[in-house]
Amino acid sequence: MQFPIISVIVLTPVVTGLILFLLPGERKNLIRYTALTAAVIDLLLSFWVYLSYDITAGGYQFLEKFTWLPQLGISYSVGVDGMNAPLVLLTGVVMFTGVLISWGIDDRPREFFGFLFILATGVFGVFVSLDVFMLFFFYEIAVFPMYLLISIWGWKKTREYAAMKLTLYLFIGSMVSLVGALAMYFVSGMGSFDMFVLQDANFSVAFQRVWFPFVFMGFAVLGGIWPFHNWSPDGHVAAPTAVSMFHAGVLMKLGAFAALRVGIMLLPEGAKFWMPYVILLALVNVVYGAFIAMRQNDFKYVIGFSSVSHMGLVMMGFATLNADGLTGAGVQMFSHGIMTALFFAVVGMIYDRAHTRQIDELGGFAKKMPFVAVAFIVGGLVSMGMPGFSGFVAEFPIFMGVWQTQPWIAVVASISIVITASYIIRIVTSVFFGKMPESYADHIGDVALRDKIALGLLSALLILIGILPYPTRMVPLVTSGVENILRLLGGV
Amino acid sequence: MSNLIDQTMIIAILPEIGLVVLIGLVLLFGGIWKGKRLKGLGWLTAAGLGVLIVLSLVFAGPQAENQLVWGNMLHHDWYGLVFRLIFMLGAAITAIIAMEYDYGQKSEFYILLLTSTLGMNLMASAADLIMLYLAFETASIPLYVLAGFLKREKSSVEAGFKYLLFGAMSSALMLFGFSLIYGFTGMTNLADLAQAVVQGVFPPSAVLVSLLLVLIGFSFKISAFPFHFWAPDIYQGAATPISGFLSTASKAAGFSVLLRVMFVVYPSLTGQWQLILGIISGLTMTVGNIIALTQKDLKRLLAYSSIAHAGYILIGISAASAFGVGSAVFYIGTYLLTNLTAFGAVALAGEKTGSFAVDDFDGLSRRSPGLALIMLVSLLSLAGMPPFGGFIAKVLVFAAGVRGGMLWLVAVGALNSIIGLFYYLIVLKHVYLYLPQEGAPKLTFPKPAVATLALLSLGIIVIGTLFSPWYHWALNAAQNLF
Amino acid sequence: MELVTNNLLTLILFLPAVTALVLALIPGKNEKLIRWLALAGSLVPFALSVVLWTQFNAAEPGFQFQVKLDWYEAINSSYHLGIDGISLTMVLLTTILTPLAILTSFNITDKVKAYMVLFMLLEMGMLGVFLSLDLLLFFVFWEFGLVPMYFLINQWGSEKGERTLWKGVTVKARTYASMKFMLYTMAGSLGLLLAIQMIGVAAGTFDLPQLFSIWKGVEGSFFGLDMESVKTIAFWAFVIAFALKVPVWPFHTWLPDAHTEAPTAGSMILAGVLLKLGAYGFIRLVLPLYPEQASQYAGVLAFLAVASIVIGALNSFGQEDFKRLVAYSSINHMGFVILGIAAAARVGGGPDATLALNGAVLQMFNHGISAAAMFFLVGVIYGRTHTRDMNQYGGLFPLVPVYGGILIFSSMAALGLPGLNGFVSEFLVVRGAWPVFSVYTAVGMIGLFFTGVYVLKSLKKVLHGPLNESWQGKLTDINFREIVVVAPLMVLMLWIGIWPAWILKVINWAAGWMF
Repeated sequence: MQFPIISVIVLTPVVTGLILFLLPGERKNLIRYTALTAAVIDLLLSFWVYLSYDITAGGYQFLEKFTWLPQLGISYSVGVDGMNAPLVLLTGVVMFTGVLISWGIDDRPREFFGFLFILATGVFGVFVSLDVFMLFFFYEIAVFPMYLLISIWGWKKTREYAAMKLTLYLFIGSMVSLVGALAMYFVSGMGSFDMFVLQDANFSVAFQRVWFPFVFMGFAVLGGIWPFHNWSPDGHVAAPTAVSMFHAGVLMKLGAFAALRVGIMLLPEGAKFWMPYVILLALVNVVYGAFIAMRQNDFKYVIGFSSVSHMGLVMMGFATLNADGLTGAGVQMFSHGIMTALFFAVVGMIYDRAHTRQIDELGGFAKKMPFVAVAFIVGGLVSMGMPGFSGFVAEFPIFMGVWQTQPWIAVVASISIVITASYIIRIVTSVFFGKMPESYADHIGDVALRDKIALGLLSALLILIGILPYPTRMVPLVTSGVENILRLLGGV
Repeated sequence: MSNLIDQTMIIAILPEIGLVVLIGLVLLFGGIWKGKRLKGLGWLTAAGLGVLIVLSLVFAGPQAENQLVWGNMLHHDWYGLVFRLIFMLGAAITAIIAMEYDYGQKSEFYILLLTSTLGMNLMASAADLIMLYLAFETASIPLYVLAGFLKREKSSVEAGFKYLLFGAMSSALMLFGFSLIYGFTGMTNLADLAQAVVQGVFPPSAVLVSLLLVLIGFSFKISAFPFHFWAPDIYQGAATPISGFLSTASKAAGFSVLLRVMFVVYPSLTGQWQLILGIISGLTMTVGNIIALTQKDLKRLLAYSSIAHAGYILIGISAASAFGVGSAVFYIGTYLLTNLTAFGAVALAGEKTGSFAVDDFDGLSRRSPGLALIMLVSLLSLAGMPPFGGFIAKVLVFAAGVRGGMLWLVAVGALNSIIGLFYYLIVLKHVYLYLPQEGAPKLTFPKPAVATLALLSLGIIVIGTLFSPWYHWALNAAQNLF
Repeated sequence: MELVTNNLLTLILFLPAVTALVLALIPGKNEKLIRWLALAGSLVPFALSVVLWTQFNAAEPGFQFQVKLDWYEAINSSYHLGIDGISLTMVLLTTILTPLAILTSFNITDKVKAYMVLFMLLEMGMLGVFLSLDLLLFFVFWEFGLVPMYFLINQWGSEKGERTLWKGVTVKARTYASMKFMLYTMAGSLGLLLAIQMIGVAAGTFDLPQLFSIWKGVEGSFFGLDMESVKTIAFWAFVIAFALKVPVWPFHTWLPDAHTEAPTAGSMILAGVLLKLGAYGFIRLVLPLYPEQASQYAGVLAFLAVASIVIGALNSFGQEDFKRLVAYSSINHMGFVILGIAAAARVGGGPDATLALNGAVLQMFNHGISAAAMFFLVGVIYGRTHTRDMNQYGGLFPLVPVYGGILIFSSMAALGLPGLNGFVSEFLVVRGAWPVFSVYTAVGMIGLFFTGVYVLKSLKKVLHGPLNESWQGKLTDINFREIVVVAPLMVLMLWIGIWPAWILKVINWAAGWMF
């Protein structure tokens, strides 16, 4: 039997989490190093999966399958294809950088890393699930630690409210999807939750049209789709740095990805019927999100709303249901994940030093921490969709896809590019340049080496993918995944 | 049918025989041991129950088919066995947690507990109305006493008395229902009754009235709407381990007979009671959850939450299929573990600090990280989060509901789980987020109790991740009713 | 050696990026090392482009030195480079001006490393635009070039000045200018981006040589519009994007701000190369892709060009700020480029078109040289006086005689004095445009007169007239490094003025094949 690499990736965090809970809480450094070790293992393994996936063979690889609840046809079934291999890597990267960035957490680090790792397991699990039930199982695992992480280690002013809002939104969404998934399970009559089986269930067109909105929108809530995006900026802002990174970087992809896997791939006829409407919601996300981001005065809220805007592009890519749009959406999920993780890491570093996030009260950070400034600018350029960075590689095909379906949407959505540019420029000029207020100018130093490693890794990925979409395997991987989706869609 | 006592008959009631022996032992050692050693009674009870559980598993497994024993008074089937295991497990855990406290130093406590368990065991396997009623009362009466066991505390006495009154009333109504059945048919055996209903010996209106009256009796036991209102007062007044026992084992016993009677006696009326139970289910969980939202006292909160859980279980039952019943049984088992853990953790912390107000649980995670983690596991499992047992249990009953075409009920259930999540999270917020009051010391707890709770938490996770074997049992049990 | 020759374009394109990477790894304290390394790093592409120039066969039609590698297969875009006479000229212009700009920047002391890194990236972005033969790649570099320029203005722009935005928020003038630059250009490129996407969807490829041959023939309806309207919309999207970059009146308002606030070297590159990107876009993309639309709307373009010439000159005349004056002069000069292009577009072939196009391309090169020189000279005087207000100069000739001489020389080139480079190209444009747009050309020639007026005005205010006594003894003449910067530019001005054939030969063939 081959080495169960996917299971090891999925279970390493949770096992580490349990080990952490058994360690004495006072030995904080021991706890941190344990966490780091696990994160490194997962990072390396997910890189390995990313690099050794055989693109020419395509399909699902690294498959593992065990019966879990045979009476209901539930199995533990995992595997990666071109669509989720990048997302596994994304999670690995965010986990690793998240641990580095959270090194300084001093209040109960054991619990913090413990919950964070449970979250990571949930995320990994969803990405690699090939069984609908299993997907829900891990989906919920990813949701509840979020509540604790935000409410305990979050920003004091809004954490309770935001954590509760977030958890309830996501839970409601998943409940709606769950009911839809159960309906699929029973109507298929196959007695199995296995996605491969459900793919071939031949649901009637009427059934698909009725249930698609439930399944899709339930998950899309976590993807931040308008008008259910409200939880996300509040959640991002209230969360501690590493959690914001996970949250915006990975969790929102979770929603989008699950909406794709369970919604679009299993109910293709429903998708074809509803997507012209979904694309409108996505359009609102893109433009309205960017516009609201521009109006914010809180640094973190700007980034929070920018995520809403960018996730709208992912949804828009899905909604095109064509090769270009889906490819772009796939790349965008990765690109936005890394980018936003970088953003939140930077926001965290600045807030830790200035103790304010009001843009007007910040300034001059480029002098004190040039590395951070450069990293943020790289992220900002990605965010603007600047060519040469991964954002362009992702957004361009999305727009190409939209042109093929509803051209006017591409035109309207493109406004967001200029709005994005304007708020990114605003932040760069007023936070990083300009004059640092005297009140904290004297006690601000550069960031630690570990922070630089984290930011360096994130920025390097953004640039490499932007310049070399093919040699870095990103686009070929996603394209091979998209082929599978298009096959299910019947070659739309 | 032979009057001779053969091996099968002994095996069929092996757990009950064991329970009687255990009662004798507790009585004996209760007289011998004095002072500190009385704590050993708790150990004795728990260990004895543990041995019984193992013995039943090894020896008392029923033959493949449905057997009637002891003059057709008792079933000898998987269904009964699974429930008996659940009851005994509940009693054992209750004993371990209770033995740390004053009331746990008295032999009466354990005798009452074991007697009640004995009654429940018989309830689960009763095959005859007479037996059923006797078992019902055997299980209930000790509980009335246990609820009022803290004689010095007014609230406890009040709880006991209230429980007695409500219990007596509802069992009177149930008895009236039984008498209707007997009066019209002249029969008491459950299986025969089903035939009578089908053959029309029994006028339809009377059938319906009897059904309703019986339902009232059971609803009281499982604290379903509108017979739920006793639960919070009594849970709050009674000693916490007893509240735990009431909310789990006793409730499970109610379900065991409810299922048996509905499926064995009234299968021809499935359409009717399915709807009735569905409505009760929806109302029960909604009322339970909404009132739980406003609670400031943790015991009351758990009481309302346990009302809500009865509602979830009823979803599985009202699906009226083997799948549904299996899911409900699975839910009951999981719920027993989870709720006992929750009550246990609350009992330990509350008794130590002398308050069960949610506010007094502030910062528990700093004062006792271990216990906080146990509470986290149990409450999240109640909320239905993976990887804890509550998740899969809830998914299963919802699945059964969807399968049974009760989509509206599942929708109500889904909405309710959201409300549920909300108040469980609020408790966790107090435990994890808020700072303890100034100068509040770290808390330490008796090792055996904490170890038990930790073990239970582990159990919750095991059920939640490796659910196949347990579900297999539950389904086997459910098959016996069809 | 073979490796170098075969990959000449790739090397020229990416050597600046490699230099930038190397610079980024050097500790920021070694300022001297960084400066010299940057200079060396920018001289290598220059040397290579000279090699390119010598190996380029002007008489061979089509693109040469082509490189084509897979880049983004999913959307049929490839890494496709190649040059013809027009782009070669522009590449040469870029690689000449960059080392000079870097040498100019030796007096920068703040964040030298970041400055040099950005400069190298800027060079890469500009070269990429000129070298790309793939529409998407073109856009990639087109947008990419914005970023370094933005930061150069934003960070190393002039320290003084404030601008009031909305609600009484005041920001530094350079912040304002850089933001305006960025947002204008991005907004302009938006239409370009959308049009490129549309072309990609409709034609299924981004490869320029392929597009040139198939795009004209794409038929049928698209998005419910007939192909004609689609092309017209796309045409205007392209035109606006490029017109903003050139800039053509009335899209020019970002330019004076950006120029005024940019550091000297930034202004040199901005005027010298960046403005050419827009004109290059017209020639490389608009003319071959939309010949019909271009011909149809050439009148509009010519009108705008003439408006730029006249209004640019008048604006320039009205300035008291030396740098702003030079900035407006760019609008004036670029007007001729556009006029030439419009004339070529209108007739779409024939000797007049070729002449006009020749003139336009040469004017691009010439203006690149002379504008860079002018901005440099403004920078030199500003560095010594710390004011750009011409009223505070006056009669400086005796104090800085060498500088004065150079200034007069360069001004004459800008003014179009026969014998210097400006004359040749402007003459060609006017000659080519005359039969096509007689009235516009006539008005444009009147504009040329205004050019003379503002040039002379600046000379008078700076060098002549009564000496402003306060500068007595405080000014030093232009130093050796500065002369090294400006000397090659002066040589080029003279060389092209006297013997333009060496460069016109290359341009002429390419211009001929455009149609």
